[in-house]
Amino acid sequence: MSAAGRAVVRFDNVGLRYGTDREVLSDISFTLDPGRFYFLTGASGAGKTSLLRLLYLAQRPSRGIIEMFGQDLITTPREKLPSYRRRIGVVFQDFRLVTHLSAFDNVALPLRLSGLPERDIARPVADILDWVGLSHRAEASPASLSGGEQQRVAIARAVIGRPEILVADEPTGNVDPDMALKLLRLFEALNRLGTTVVVATHDVHLLDRLPDPQRFVLERGRLAQDGGSHRGGGR
Amino acid sequence: MSARRSPLSSVRIRLANMVGRSDNTHGLIPRARLIGPIPSVIAVMIALSVMAAAAALALSNLAGNAQAEIAGGVTVQVVEADRTERERQTALALDLLRSLPDVVQLRRVPDAELHDLLEPWLGDNFAADSTIPMPSLIDIRLAGEVTPARLDELQATLEPVAPAARVDAQSAWLGPVLRAVDSLRWLALGLIVLIGAISIAAVWLAARSAMAANRTTIEIIYMLGASDDQIARIFQRSAARDAALGAAIGFLIGLAAIAVLARRFGALGSGMVDSAWLLTGDWLAIGAIPFIGVALAFLTARVTVLNALRRML
Repeated sequence: MSAAGRAVVRFDNVGLRYGTDREVLSDISFTLDPGRFYFLTGASGAGKTSLLRLLYLAQRPSRGIIEMFGQDLITTPREKLPSYRRRIGVVFQDFRLVTHLSAFDNVALPLRLSGLPERDIARPVADILDWVGLSHRAEASPASLSGGEQQRVAIARAVIGRPEILVADEPTGNVDPDMALKLLRLFEALNRLGTTVVVATHDVHLLDRLPDPQRFVLERGRLAQDGGSHRGGGR
Repeated sequence: MSARRSPLSSVRIRLANMVGRSDNTHGLIPRARLIGPIPSVIAVMIALSVMAAAAALALSNLAGNAQAEIAGGVTVQVVEADRTERERQTALALDLLRSLPDVVQLRRVPDAELHDLLEPWLGDNFAADSTIPMPSLIDIRLAGEVTPARLDELQATLEPVAPAARVDAQSAWLGPVLRAVDSLRWLALGLIVLIGAISIAAVWLAARSAMAANRTTIEIIYMLGASDDQIARIFQRSAARDAALGAAIGFLIGLAAIAVLARRFGALGSGMVDSAWLLTGDWLAIGAIPFIGVALAFLTARVTVLNALRRML
């Protein structure tokens, strides 16, 4: 477990409920260290996606404290949240590519939203498309891409802005084992550059491919154990 | 990856974000998915507003001119059937009125002018018919406001020399007409306010509809770090562009309608209607209407989108 002062993310006694239903997440407390690789596992419906939504600031919790980048995000005004979101890369389970934009424009989105001039966008986008092996599909629309290609575009979009945290929801769910391994290597490469990576998956084989992953296990909305690593994680 | 930013570009991005001028949101939502009924609605609204404003301003000028013209105006009628006696009393009344210090203007209305005024009602040959008695009319203008007390005083002054004289303020005759004109003017202004409210409602509906149609894209770009302001800019820019197109068309339609109406009313040859001109300031006010329409559409779209985003995300 890291000291809270160093942590890039700190959840303290966080709970989440939708409307008046029972809590889908309860008493979630953990910290994420900068530059580490984390897996979040759990059965379907355990609350992985809800926890990730809290992590990429799509949702505010019903209770508890969330700190990111040393900032209390519970009290942070709504208009300041986009600047924190831009420091987080997200790979959505359903890719969530903008259907009327090309692969290139989808990947360029985070840079454009951050206000980067067009002349500074083309090169990094071309480089990252090349990195995920899709430079030849830059002008293709999402509808014309295969599931695996869409996945890689989504990943390229998530990492183009060099996020401090990368959150991926089942990123290997739609690709073959070879591509899954390739994507994992891609995450590892990003992780080595200092990005904190959180991957939600139910693919246990994926965990075996990393030498020292941190692992959180969610069971019915609660963190059950810190199973992968004995150096930190859930508490 | 080569997404590293130079220190200069980072500063530029921060500055752009700070002032809300980073405008890389072009094309994030296809124009076809944004365009709604705004151009046609705004065109109709602007055309109606231009016509209503022109009517209000022209009526305002008409009322102002008429009031200025009849201010201090008094008519003295000598109503006497016997022509000789009527002429005698009229002559005495004219002499007396000329001697009064507060009478600043005086004119006996010539019989020929009276005939011209009455000809439409009494026919071409009534002048030859001496059996129809005609009153003598004297138009005078008093210094200052004409009050009932001054009229009574004038009536009492004339009584000894012209007992058949009747004194009336001209404003008493035109008062109901001016009040009706004033009501029409307020009606036109009310119409403009109503048109403005309808335009706001139309833009509000169009913006909400466009947001609903593009909800998925909005959610995605929001999760990728788009600010409310950036998302609002997409819609407000589209609304302003559509409104500008509609405003230009509506303005031209409105001007054409004014030109046609001006020609029709001008052909009436009525002195009162002829005074309902539009002045330079009026044309400037009318010219501002399309700009006000575009600004309203822009602000309505912005406020609608920002409010909807707070509820939506």
